Amino acid sequence: MKDAMEQVASRDAGSAAEFDIRQYVRLDQMPHFLCPGCGHGIALRALLWAIHDLGLDKDKLAVVSGIGCSGRLSAYVDANSFHTTHGRPLAFATGLALARPDLHVIVITGDGDSLAIGGNHLIHACRRNLNMTCMMLNNEVYGMTGGQVSPTTSAGRLTTTTPAGNSEPVFDACALAAGAGATFVGREVTMQIVALRNLLRDAITHDGFSFVEVMSDCTEIFGRKNDLGSSPEMILSQKSAMRPFAYRNTVDEPFRPNTMPTGVLARHERAEYGAAYREMCARRQDKGAK
Amino acid sequence: MNAPANIETRQLLNGNHAVAWGVRLAKPDVTPVYPITPQTPILEKLIEFQSEGKFAAELLTPESEHSAMAACIAASATGARVFTATSSQGLLLMHELLHFAAGARAPIVMFNVNRTPASPWGFWPDQIDSLSQRDTGWVQLYSESPQDSLDTVIQAFRIAEGSMLPVMINHDAFYVSHSVEPVSVPAPGLIDEFLPRVERPMQLDTGAGQSLGAPIGQASWNRTRREMAAAMETVPGLTEAAASGWRAMTGRGGGVLEAYRMTGAEVVVLTMGSMAGTARDAVDRLRDEGIAAGLLKLRLFRPFPADELRAALAGVPCTIVLDRNYSPGMGGVLHQEAKAALYGTVGAPRMHGLLAGVGGVNVDVATIARLVRDYRNADPSPDAVWVE
Ligand SMILES: Cc1ncc(C[n+]2csc(CCOP(=O)(O)OP(=O)(O)O)c2C)c(N)n1
Repeated sequence: MKDAMEQVASRDAGSAAEFDIRQYVRLDQMPHFLCPGCGHGIALRALLWAIHDLGLDKDKLAVVSGIGCSGRLSAYVDANSFHTTHGRPLAFATGLALARPDLHVIVITGDGDSLAIGGNHLIHACRRNLNMTCMMLNNEVYGMTGGQVSPTTSAGRLTTTTPAGNSEPVFDACALAAGAGATFVGREVTMQIVALRNLLRDAITHDGFSFVEVMSDCTEIFGRKNDLGSSPEMILSQKSAMRPFAYRNTVDEPFRPNTMPTGVLARHERAEYGAAYREMCARRQDKGAK
Repeated sequence: MNAPANIETRQLLNGNHAVAWGVRLAKPDVTPVYPITPQTPILEKLIEFQSEGKFAAELLTPESEHSAMAACIAASATGARVFTATSSQGLLLMHELLHFAAGARAPIVMFNVNRTPASPWGFWPDQIDSLSQRDTGWVQLYSESPQDSLDTVIQAFRIAEGSMLPVMINHDAFYVSHSVEPVSVPAPGLIDEFLPRVERPMQLDTGAGQSLGAPIGQASWNRTRREMAAAMETVPGLTEAAASGWRAMTGRGGGVLEAYRMTGAEVVVLTMGSMAGTARDAVDRLRDEGIAAGLLKLRLFRPFPADELRAALAGVPCTIVLDRNYSPGMGGVLHQEAKAALYGTVGAPRMHGLLAGVGGVNVDVATIARLVRDYRNADPSPDAVWVE
C-alpha cells in the first residue's frame, strides 16, 4: 500500500484537482453495468483523465469498441462512440481513421475481442500503423459471456470452459503487438492509475498506431472462481506480478516466469499510414493533372 | 402420454440444458463450440458433463465461430459424429462455412439459439438469424420447448446421417433457452439403439489419398447441387421416420408438421418455435368461444415441406401465418415460403401474413386470439402486415 500512497502524493496535483470525470461520461447512462471491483472502470477513468490532460476536443474524439464488458465502455463516454461487433473494432476504426484523419480514434477492446476472434485485425493494425490508439483491457477471461477461457488466461486457471485448469499456452499481447510492428507498445496495471494515465497520454500523442495493454481484474467471475480474493487483493497481486520496464531492456523475453514488464515497451518512428497514403494520392493526382 | 418411468427420468431443465442432455445421449465424437449469449449454457453444461466423466466428446473452444465450424467440417469428414452450438452473430460469422459444410456433405448437427442480429445490439428472440441462412444447404428444424429441443437434437443426428446433410435446430432465446420446465430424459441405452453408428458413403480415407474441396468444372459443380437436391428430397421422409421411431419409444413428438385441433378448422394459425406453444392455448380459447380454430406448427423448415403443407391445409378457408422475423423489403419469411408453396394449388386458403413478435416482442395468448378474430374474415393482402 505504501507505494500507492506515494503515487497519490506525487500525483500531478493540478490535473487531479481539475479533472472532473462527470464532464466526460454520459451521466444518463449511469449506473454503469460493470460489477463491483471490476478494473475496467479504473482503466476508463485513466483514459478520460489522459484525454482531459491533453485537452482533446470531445467533438474530435471517436471511441470505438468491440463486444464484451470492455466493449461496453464506449457507451459511457460522452463523445462520438461506435459499439461495433465482437473482435472487429480495429477494422471499423481503420475505416474511420482513413475517412476522418482529423479525429482522435481510440479503440477499447478486450483480450478475447482482440486476441481471439479479432486477432487477425490486431496484427494488421500494428503492421499498417494508422493513427489510432488501442487500449486493450486484459482480465484473462471472457467476462461478458460469463467467464470462459481466453488467450490470456494463465496456466492452470479455472474458467467455465477449463474446469480442470487451463492448459493452453497464453499470448503476451505486448510482445505480439511489437512483433507485428506496432510503433508504440505499453502495459500498465490499474493500480498505478497515474502511470496508466501517463502511458495513455503518450500513446494518444504518438504518431501512428499505439497499443496499450491494461491489466484489469474480473473480480466477480474470474476472481471468485479462482479464489483470488477481493478486488484490492487482486490488483495488489497483479501489481507484484509486474516489473517496471526500466528494469529490463527488451521485450524479447516475454515469458520470464511470473513477471511482466510495464511501462513503454516499444516506441519507434515509422511513416504513419494515413499520411503516407494521402501523400501518395496527392502525387498521383499531380501526375494526372499534368 | 408418458413413457414408462424406467426408460426415462424427469428433470427440471431449461431449454439449453435440455439440449445438452440430448447431445450427451447422442454421443458425438467432437464438439467445437465458441461461447455466445444465449447459447453459452449449452457449452458450459457439456463441459460440466465432460469433467464429470459423463461425456466423452473432444470439446474444443476455438478462437471464433468461424474456426469452430471449420473444425466441425474437418472432423466430420473423417467420419466423426460432430455437434456444435451457436446463436445470432456466431451463426452469421459462420455463414461462409455453412455453405462449405453443406457442399462437403458433412452431417454436422448444430443447435442455434435464435437471437436478434446487430445492429443495433439486442439479445431478443427473433428467428431472422437462422432464416437468413436458409439457402446454405442446411436442414432446419424449429423447436417449441425444452422437451422438444431435447427430442429434436437426438432425432437430428438420424436425419443428418441419413441424408449426409448438416442439420440446424433452433429454439428461441430466453423464451425457450432459459425457461425451466420438467423434461423427460431418456435412458442412455435407448438412444444407442435409436442412433446406431452408420457407415458413411464418403469419408476421408488417408489410404485412398482423397482430396476435399478441390475446384471442379461447371458441370461437376452443377451435379453437386443436383445431388444435394436429391438428398433434400429424402429429408421429410427421414424426419417422419425419426419422429415415429421417437414416438414409439417415448410417446412424444410430431414430425414435419404438427397439427393441433385441425379437425373441421376454418381458420388455421401457422407458425414455428415458441410461438406455437402460445398459439395452442389461443386455439383452445377460440374453440371455447365457438371459433373453429386450428394450429399447424412447422417443425421442418428446410427443406420446406410444401406437399405436407398443401395436404394439411386442403379445404381450410383461412390461414394466418405468424412470423417472429422480418426480411426487410419482403415481410415474414414463413409467410413467403407458405405462399410460394400454396400458390397455384386448387382451393388454396386465404392467407394473412402477420409480423408478430419481431425483435422478441411478447406475443401472448390474448394477442393471438385477438389477431385470429380480427383477421379470419378479413380480405387477404398479399403483403405482410405489422401487428401489435
Ligand atoms: C461473433 C460473436 N461471437 C460471440 C459473441 C459473444 N461474446 C460477446 S463478448 C465475448 C467475450 C468478451 O471477452 P473479452 O474480449 O475478453 O472482454 P471482457 O468481457 O472480458 O471485457 C463473447 C464471446 C459475439 N458477441 N459475437
